Amino acid sequence: MTRAWVYGTRGVLAVILLWVVMVPVVSSTFFTSQVGLTSLWLGIVAVSLTFLSGNGGMVSLAQTALFGVAGLVAARLAVGAGWNPWSAAVVGILVATAVGLLFGAIASGSQGIYFLVITLAFGEVAYFYFAAVTTFGAHEGINGATPPAVLGDPIHHPARMYYFLLLVSALVYGGLRYATRTAFGLALQGVRDDPVRMAALGYNVRLHRTLGFTLAAPVAGAAGVLSAWSNTRISADSISLAIAILVLTAAVIGGLNRLEGAWVGALIYTFCDTYMRGWTDRFTTWLGVVFLLIVLVSPDGVVGLLGNAGTWLRRRLSGRAEAMRAPTAAARAPAADRGPM
Amino acid sequence: MASQTSVSRRPSTSFRPSIASTLAVILGLLALSDVLWQAFEKGLGDSGNVPTFILITLNGLTLAGLYFITASGLTLIFGLLRVTNLAHGALFLLGGYVALQATANGMPWVLAAVLAMVASGLVGVVMHQLFLRWNQGQDMRQALITIAVSLILADQMLAHFGGTPTAIAPPGFLAQPLSLGVYHLSYPWFRIAMLIAAIVVGLLFWLVIRGTRVGMVVRAGVDDSAMTSALGVNVQWVFAGAFFVGSALAGLGGVFAGTALSLAPGQDQTFLISALVVVIVGGMGSLGGAALGALLLGMVDQYSSAYLPSAYSNLSALLTFVLLAVILAVRPTGLFGRAG
Repeated sequence: MTRAWVYGTRGVLAVILLWVVMVPVVSSTFFTSQVGLTSLWLGIVAVSLTFLSGNGGMVSLAQTALFGVAGLVAARLAVGAGWNPWSAAVVGILVATAVGLLFGAIASGSQGIYFLVITLAFGEVAYFYFAAVTTFGAHEGINGATPPAVLGDPIHHPARMYYFLLLVSALVYGGLRYATRTAFGLALQGVRDDPVRMAALGYNVRLHRTLGFTLAAPVAGAAGVLSAWSNTRISADSISLAIAILVLTAAVIGGLNRLEGAWVGALIYTFCDTYMRGWTDRFTTWLGVVFLLIVLVSPDGVVGLLGNAGTWLRRRLSGRAEAMRAPTAAARAPAADRGPM
Repeated sequence: MASQTSVSRRPSTSFRPSIASTLAVILGLLALSDVLWQAFEKGLGDSGNVPTFILITLNGLTLAGLYFITASGLTLIFGLLRVTNLAHGALFLLGGYVALQATANGMPWVLAAVLAMVASGLVGVVMHQLFLRWNQGQDMRQALITIAVSLILADQMLAHFGGTPTAIAPPGFLAQPLSLGVYHLSYPWFRIAMLIAAIVVGLLFWLVIRGTRVGMVVRAGVDDSAMTSALGVNVQWVFAGAFFVGSALAGLGGVFAGTALSLAPGQDQTFLISALVVVIVGGMGSLGGAALGALLLGMVDQYSSAYLPSAYSNLSALLTFVLLAVILAVRPTGLFGRAG
């Protein structure tokens, strides 16, 4: 039974992955560009938040600020100064990383709610700055930020852009997953769980938080550049507080403790955003209701919910409840009580 | 939370905050002296800048009053329950819209304000009892719950009250301008009343918390709610009461803002952020801190939009957040925040 279960879940995962890879081939252009591209870049910015929250206990509302810094700087250099999109993107992401280092250094002294609010302030600073400065197009933003020629036209022929986003998503996922297993990642988790003890053990708590925040900055920045390329435009309104809350919503729906949850949440959000507006005027209300239900019922988000449902189903199927409970409970327990919730 | 923060500041670097805070104070004083220089450089005559300066200062003071009324509810709830109520802005807007609806149906302004306070207070209590009470102690989860509630409330208000900005008519006896007696200036009575109301709210808080048995229970609950409960006080009633009063104050803020300024979707977020800045600058849970934070925010807001060089005046919205970031960088728990 256990073997059948393992093959079953792997089979389901393989089918899902196959579908994700086949989207540009089997789906309409509209679906690929509207749902596919959007959920991928939204997932990348959300995963930078999930990484910070799950590993560092830092729920940040400044990720959209870093997203905007990279996206707007890259778009400005490419459109206004005629740079090659690739080098503009690299410079944009580097600037976002530097800003992330600054933000992280200032915010690393605060924790929990104070951290949330200070990053909210950073987000607002970035928003008001870009909304006021005409170099970055103020509220109109920068139009015509087309991706490099290799990636094709994101609106009419989104397949190449889609695969590029998929590749970046896979790299980001792998990279962050690797980072959580390095000595630094483990120390960061230690800081999340018990800063006092880590300080007593000789770890520099503030430095670890700052570096963790800086590590997530280029991820958010890359998402900003990719979003500008996917929409061929970006503006200050792409990083307003509403968007920051949207990214938080996507991350929470997916699950704040699992990296893969970011893309799941982003996909669910984008799917609803694209198709639910057709039959309800009150989309935001329903989004709020889903958000509320997820936070109340499953703090680990949809991914955690699926995991729990899987455990339950597995127990029912095997019929050997006693034998199964011990190992699964042990495996679940650390995931359940870590993290900010 | 706060005990961990103090640990993360390592002993070897403990001199650094004092240099940073000295720098911050010097910068603030420089900015203030620049404002005063611009105000008084042309002398005290009628043609000088003094009349404008008086009006801008009054604007700042009355705005600070509005900020204080709104933020005092937020800080009360945080101080007692450790809940960061991010739906505070939505309750603020709800109060404003209820009063708007009531006055449009012929209800006197004062009654409408009371009704708005009750409505916001009730919604706050229901939210607390349904969603927050059984998550006591999980502050981030509670913050996320209140974000979700604010999304729902804001969208429902957009559906019911529309997106066009509207204003509440001020009560008749406050509708005339008040003559100030200097430079032939006059100023809206209503905005003065807003400042007076803020002072009354502050005094009432202070008297109740310092002088009555209820205040004693609240103070004990702030220090150690488990111990207070063990001594036979029904802490849940105190919590519900605090949530009612805090949310009602948000509603009152909404009524004042809707009369002095206007009501529109999006103002819930604007005022939530202002209230958060006020409360964080002062130190969460500290009423005196909220008063100081409101004063700082109101003044910085008005002076920066009037006295910044014209090339930078569109950056004035940034300054309040820079103020917040600087204060938190120097004092991670705000000016009067307690460690523990």
